Order: sequence, then C-alpha cells, then structure tokens
Amino acid sequence: MSEPALTPDLIASHGLKPDEYQRILEIIGREPTFTELGIFSAMWNEHCSYKSSKKWLRTLPTTGPQVICGPGENAGVVDIGDGQAVIFKMESHNHPSYIEPHQGAATGVGGILRDVFTMGARPIAAMNALSFGEPSHPKTAHLVKGVVEGIGAYGNAFGVPTVGGEVRFHRAYNGNCLVNAFAAGLADADKIFYSAASGVGMPVVYLGAKTGRDGVGGATMASAEFDDTIEEKRPTVQVGDPFTEKRLLEACLELMASGAVISIQDMGAAGLTCSAVEMGDKGGLGIKLQLDDVPQRETGMTAYEMMLSESQERMLMVLKPSMEAEARAIFEKWDLDFAIVGETIPEDRFLILHGNEIKADLPLSKLSSSAPEYDRPWVETPKAAPLGDVPAIAPLAGLRALIGSPTYAHKAWVWEQYDSQVGADTVVTPGLPAGVVRVHGTGKALAFTSDVTPRYVKANPVEGGKQAVAEAYRNLTAVGAKPLATTDNLNFGNPEKPEIMGQFVGAIKGIGAAVAALDMPIVSGNVSLYNETDGKGILPTPTIGAVGILTSLDEVINGKPMAGDALVLIGVAGSHLGQSAVLAEGFGIEAGDAPAVDLAAEKRHGEFVRANRALIRACTDLGDGGLALAAFEMAEGARVGVTVENGEAGFLFGEDQARYIVATDKADALIAAGKAAGVHVAVVGRFGGDAVSLGGEVASLAELSALYRSAFAKAVA
Amino acid sequence: MKAAVVTFPGSNCDRDLAVAFERAGWDVVRVWHKDTALPEGVDVVGVPGGFSFGDYLRCGAIAAQSPIGAAVKAHAARGGYVLGICNGFQVLTEMQLLPGALMRNAGLKFVCRMLTLRVATADSAFTAGYGKGQEITVPVAHHDGNYTIGADGLKQLQDQDRIAFTYADNPNGSVADIAGILSENRRVLGMMPHPERVVDPLQGGTDGAVLFKALLGGLALA
Repeated sequence: MSEPALTPDLIASHGLKPDEYQRILEIIGREPTFTELGIFSAMWNEHCSYKSSKKWLRTLPTTGPQVICGPGENAGVVDIGDGQAVIFKMESHNHPSYIEPHQGAATGVGGILRDVFTMGARPIAAMNALSFGEPSHPKTAHLVKGVVEGIGAYGNAFGVPTVGGEVRFHRAYNGNCLVNAFAAGLADADKIFYSAASGVGMPVVYLGAKTGRDGVGGATMASAEFDDTIEEKRPTVQVGDPFTEKRLLEACLELMASGAVISIQDMGAAGLTCSAVEMGDKGGLGIKLQLDDVPQRETGMTAYEMMLSESQERMLMVLKPSMEAEARAIFEKWDLDFAIVGETIPEDRFLILHGNEIKADLPLSKLSSSAPEYDRPWVETPKAAPLGDVPAIAPLAGLRALIGSPTYAHKAWVWEQYDSQVGADTVVTPGLPAGVVRVHGTGKALAFTSDVTPRYVKANPVEGGKQAVAEAYRNLTAVGAKPLATTDNLNFGNPEKPEIMGQFVGAIKGIGAAVAALDMPIVSGNVSLYNETDGKGILPTPTIGAVGILTSLDEVINGKPMAGDALVLIGVAGSHLGQSAVLAEGFGIEAGDAPAVDLAAEKRHGEFVRANRALIRACTDLGDGGLALAAFEMAEGARVGVTVENGEAGFLFGEDQARYIVATDKADALIAAGKAAGVHVAVVGRFGGDAVSLGGEVASLAELSALYRSAFAKAVA
Repeated sequence: MKAAVVTFPGSNCDRDLAVAFERAGWDVVRVWHKDTALPEGVDVVGVPGGFSFGDYLRCGAIAAQSPIGAAVKAHAARGGYVLGICNGFQVLTEMQLLPGALMRNAGLKFVCRMLTLRVATADSAFTAGYGKGQEITVPVAHHDGNYTIGADGLKQLQDQDRIAFTYADNPNGSVADIAGILSENRRVLGMMPHPERVVDPLQGGTDGAVLFKALLGGLALA
C-alpha cells in the first residue's frame, strides 16, 4: 500500500510544530517515512514526552530512605518493611473520558492497573479523583453516570477494591472533565521488574490481547485542546476488556515467578512504539520488530497503524531465550497471545519491518532523549485580592448549602457502584478520610487518599499546591497511618499560555515544599495539559495521591463517635473564609486568598494525632467546609447528634489548615497531651441526642441526613 | 475435611473463599477450570465470585460448560456439597444444580454494600450455625443478583423450606427478597452475598465465619 505524502497539513495533524519537524529532519538527515512520522509524533507529544513540564518536574523531591524507585518507571516503589514494597501511581484519562465516558474511564483504570502489575505487583487498591462540570450542564449527568459505571465495570471485574477517591463539580470542567485513576500493588522488594532491556539478541515478546485499530493517535489527541470537532475523535478512544486484563495479570505474575522475564513494559499511550523505545532506550540497546508476527485482530493493518495502536491489555517483554517454552505454556494456560515479534540489537537503532519492507529505521536513543523540551514562558499568578466583606452566614443555612451540593453530599451513589471489598482485606471502606487495606497475610495495613482543592490552586498556586499535599497528609493521619510517599497527577490548561504555565510552576513549587517538609516524596506521576475547550481552561487541579502505613492494625483509627463524647478541635479556631466551600456553594463567591499552609504545624499536629491515637475514638481532618461540615459528617456517619455552641461563620466554616476534629471520651487527657506537645487542643462541642445544633440553631439529624444522602443522586438524575 | 475451590478465568474471589475455608479449619485444594476431575476426598466444592469468562455472555453460562463443570455436577449427583457465592451462584443455576436465574439488578447498577440478611432456614449444613430468623450482616457486590423463578418454582422452594437467606432491604429486586437458595437435597447452596468477606473482625464482622464452621462441624459429624 502506498503511503501518503508528508504535506505540512499532515505534519501539523500529527501535532508536530514546524520547528519540531525541522529537528526530525536534522536527526535523521532525510525526510521521514509515514510510519516514522507517526513514531515521532507518538514519542514527542506532550503526553509521552513531558516536553513542557520536564524542567519543573525535575525540581520535585523524589528520594528518601523509603523510596526504592522514584519517577521514570511504570510506577513508584516504596519500602514498607519486612522485605515488601508498595508500588503505585496515578494517571489521567481525561480526554477519552469526555468523548466516551464509560470506555474512557474504564481504560484509564485498566492502564493504571497495568502500570502496577508490569512491575511485578498484585494490585490491592484503587482510587479515582473525578472533576465534572456544573450539574445543570447538559453533559454532566451523562458523564458522571458513564465514568462511574466504566470505573466500576473495569475495577470490579478485574478484582481490585476501589477504596477511595473524590468527586467535585465546577463549571470550569463543563467542557473538560477530569478522570484521574490511582492504583497500588504489593510485591516483594527484591522481585520488582523494570523496563530496561539487557543483552543482545534477546527475544522481544508480545503478550496479551491482539492489536486492532483502536486508539490510533490517542496520545496525540490527549495533547491537544478540544473544540467542536470532538465527536470526530470518538474512534481514537480504546475499548477496555477487564477479563483479558485479569488473565494478563495472573499470567504475568506466574511468568515473573518463573524467572523468564528480563524486562517488561506495558503498552499504554502510543502502544508498541512507546513500550519498545522505552525498553531499548533504558537498556542502551536497539530494537528490531517484525510486525508480521504481531498478533492482529483485524486484517490489512499497516505498519503505521500497528505502531500507533492503543489496543488495551498488551505487554512487551524481553525474555530469557532458554525459558521460551515455559513462558509460552503459561500464556497458553491463560489463553492469551504470546508471540516473539523482534529482538534486541547492539546498535542504536529502532528498526521496523513489515512485509519485506523497512517501514522505519531510526536512531532509537534520539526518539526520547532528543525529544523537544521547552522552558515555556510563565508569569507568576497575581496575589489574590483580599476577601472583603462577606454576607452573613447563618449556621444551618451554611451547612445545608454544603450538604445539599453534590460536591459535599454523601457519595454512596458513587462508591456503591465500586467493589470496595474484593480481596477481603479492606479494613476501612469509602466514606472515611482514607481507605485502609491490610497487607495480605500480615498484621500491617496501607492507607490511601487523593486530594486537591482546585479553588485554592487557582487563587494561589503555591499555597494550593502545598495544601493538596497537606490535606493528603492529614487524611492518612486521621485513620492512624504514617504518610510514606506521594504520586501526583497534574491537570492544567494550555501550557503555551504564560498564566497557565505560571499556575503549573507555582503548584509544583508548593507541592515540592510540602512533600519535602512532610517527608512524603513524589515517586510517580502524570501530567495532563491542554485541558481546555474552546480556549477556556479548567481550574488548575494537581491531584495528590498518597500512601501511608500502619505497622500494626491496632493503630487504625476508624471508630464512630458515641453519645456523650466530646468534640475536640486540634489546631487553631477557624477564621479563614477566602475561597471557602461555604461561600462558593452558598453564595457563588469564589474570592479571596487560599488559606496559608504552615507545614511545620501540619507535621507537629499530625505527629500529635498519631502519638495520641489511644485517646481518640474517631478522627477526621478539617478541609473544605471547615468544622461544621466535618462535625456533621462524623455525627451523621454514627447516627448521633452533635452540638457546637459557637456560631461564628469563621469558626464554623473557616478553612484554616493543619486541623483535625476528634471524638473522644478522654478529652482532659488529650488537652493535657496537647499542652505538653505545644498543640492547641480544645473541646468545641459534644456528640449526643438526635439533633444537629450549631450556634444555637437546631435541626433534626434525620432531616439533614436525608438531604445529605439524596443530594448527589438528585444532581445527576 | 477437604474443600476444593474452583478458579475460572475471571474468578476474583477464589483466594478470599480459600482463606475463609482455611480460617474455619478446612483443608483447601485449588482446582483449575480445565481440570476434568476433582481431587480425591473432596467434601465440598466452592464456586467463587468474580466475572468468570468476563460475564460476557450470560453470567456463569460459559463457566458452567467448562471441563470442571461435569466433575462438579457428578460430585453433586453423588450427594456432595457445593457452595456457590455470587458469580458462583450464577454458575450453579447455569449448571442447573439450582433452579431459577439471576438477572440484572432492578436498579441497573452494580451494588456493593453491607446489608442485613435474614436466615430463612437453619435446616442445612450451611445454615445450621444460625437460628431461623436470625439477622446477620454480610456484604453484597454484584450487577446481576436479581434472583427470579416462576410461581411454581417459588412455591416449591417455599414449601420445601429451601430459601436459605432473604434480604431485609432488597438491593436488587429479587423475587421474595431471596438472597440464597438450597438444592432439594439441601447440599447445594447458592447465594449472592459474600460470607467469605466477613470472617475476621477487621473486615467489619464475622457473621460469615459461622457458615464455614457450621459446614465443617456438620460434615465431620455426618
């Protein structure tokens, strides 16, 4: 079949700028073939190359005694003691989910699970952080239903418990929802598998599902802004098959245990191209692929299509040649494709053969190492204007505005569609600050949370970036866990706009400062830029996924307040209403600065909670909605009333940081411990009865509970 | 006493079921769906939850035709015990070891939640550890748990006291709130809820452990 001529239009439609194309001509000294153009486009798009973000990502703290492997592999690896490691990452599937919510979200889950088990880990927990447009927007309900159903369909069938996440609504996401999927797995620390190929003449093996035309050009799509032609992009969304993924998991883990694997890499964005280049590049080797041997689902596929296909549930592996028969038998047992499609070669060459033709012949190391890197111009986000006067906020009206909004309402509508218990090791199910999963067969557990407050990041990227990490730290602390490490999923608008790039730079600075101060280094992550539709950007949304450890299950804090318990505040009395949830939801006011984050106080207060867990029955961190929302949620979950006498708006709804509330029958001891530790601890209310009483205003718990538990379903009906 | 836990491609509660049997004191052997016979001396076969063969046809339909299926049927025909949970219940109805069928949930959504079950009969080796009418807390996690059977079939189940568990608050629209049923010889139990997920206080309850222990005790005496 003849290949199209490389016109400027064709080059532009591959997302390559004229100067980038010029660079290709310089590297190879001739005009590329059509297949080569596709390969460059796949490797050099924003999604795969991180060309706008690399400079800043390098500034993030990524090391620590607990880190076994930081960013750069399929996922980060963190030591959890006893020769075991947790392996985790978070990744976005925003654009595909907006075009085709069910499959887009499902394949997002599939991709992140593969990232984890490619490294030899059995997935033990999943989370997802979702941002949708305002509920009244005509697409929102459809997107919510499709995304939640797709996440459930994939994770439930695969068999990973979904133990946490977040869902928010804001008009800034009307044209561009965010679907950030997190997965964590467990492996022996000395049995981690990496992607670097080694040895010349080693067979390159294709594993898993067959290759089809689905997803051709997907990574390039994810690196462009949307406009009204998005419907035409539907064919670039892949279709997920969790049944094949589950078999691929079991087959890969068996294969790894057999000792046959030299290196392995999943085929994610830009499929065969990206995975082969990665393995060769990291190993300092070339790769030769014979595409006629690639298992194909459709007839007549071209080299271009095979190299760019994003068909799901596929892996590429470099095999120990002596183990071929055993390896093949394992894949036949699981009825999966196993095909030798190439070999490692000594020279720096990416050689693609199809039919009897050379379809691509490129210097392999140049594909990733010579990818363009930009120092994009950026401007610092101007300091937010002071909040100024705010309307009077009546305590119960404020609370009702929060619990009646889908962002702060009870989320059972979402999490009941996810199997949160498969694996039978889930200790804390969704609804508490963090999900907790036992390390199978041990007395230890891991805690998982994902957090960000995009309003803060928009108003003040540096403090907002810090706050996302601090909130993750607090959520892990609130279930009794010690924070270990972090993954970041950085969702922003078009980086070619200096003000958007300024948000990105500011958030990175804040995140970097916070993970350093709180000793939770970034071990993996993902950047999603160009989240814009018709030139309008999303709220900057750097989602922080974090993992903590409980060295004994006795350390878990997951009790419920009981009648007669004191409601105790750890940290200062609230006053900061700038960018608060109550003003946003109750009055449509998104103004003022984000709350300042005192990282030393975060650390001190977190350590205080963990040191005094014996005095604490139930605990939650204070974030959006402040003390009033947190106290209500804690009481509602236990079906017990709560009274807080102070009715000042700042006290009830202020979003000052480094704070927790706890329920305890040992308040005096906790206060004494606070005095000794220099931590502000005070009784601010009491649990009991069947009413919620704030600042003297009283409503029945049952009535508020009905509002809280119905608001989400109503919003997406 | 020996329990065999079957793994189909797509099973994902097989390990959990094996652990629950072991905790209750059973010896557990794992069986692959391509096996054509059960190991010697198996007293009970556990058919676990999950999405066998992806549930891409009718849930459980392909698993029911797999090589191990014939061995499980022969085991049941000999009077052997069989426990099918969630997808396992669907497989047992497709094998026609139990009557009726499981349809899509009435709410059309996957439902995962802790809920209250009523023990409808204590007259079986599986349920002998509970009292009739006792309320227990066990989670469900399914998309197709809406049990249905014709009027005659339902009457037969009721007349023969073969309804094992009912839902206190039905999550899926099943007929007569049925959550689990027994075979005519009371040795095959199929249920949608997951007793293997509540065998340890850390999981939020131990009501499921009673089933695995009672079965062991009952069979040891028999």
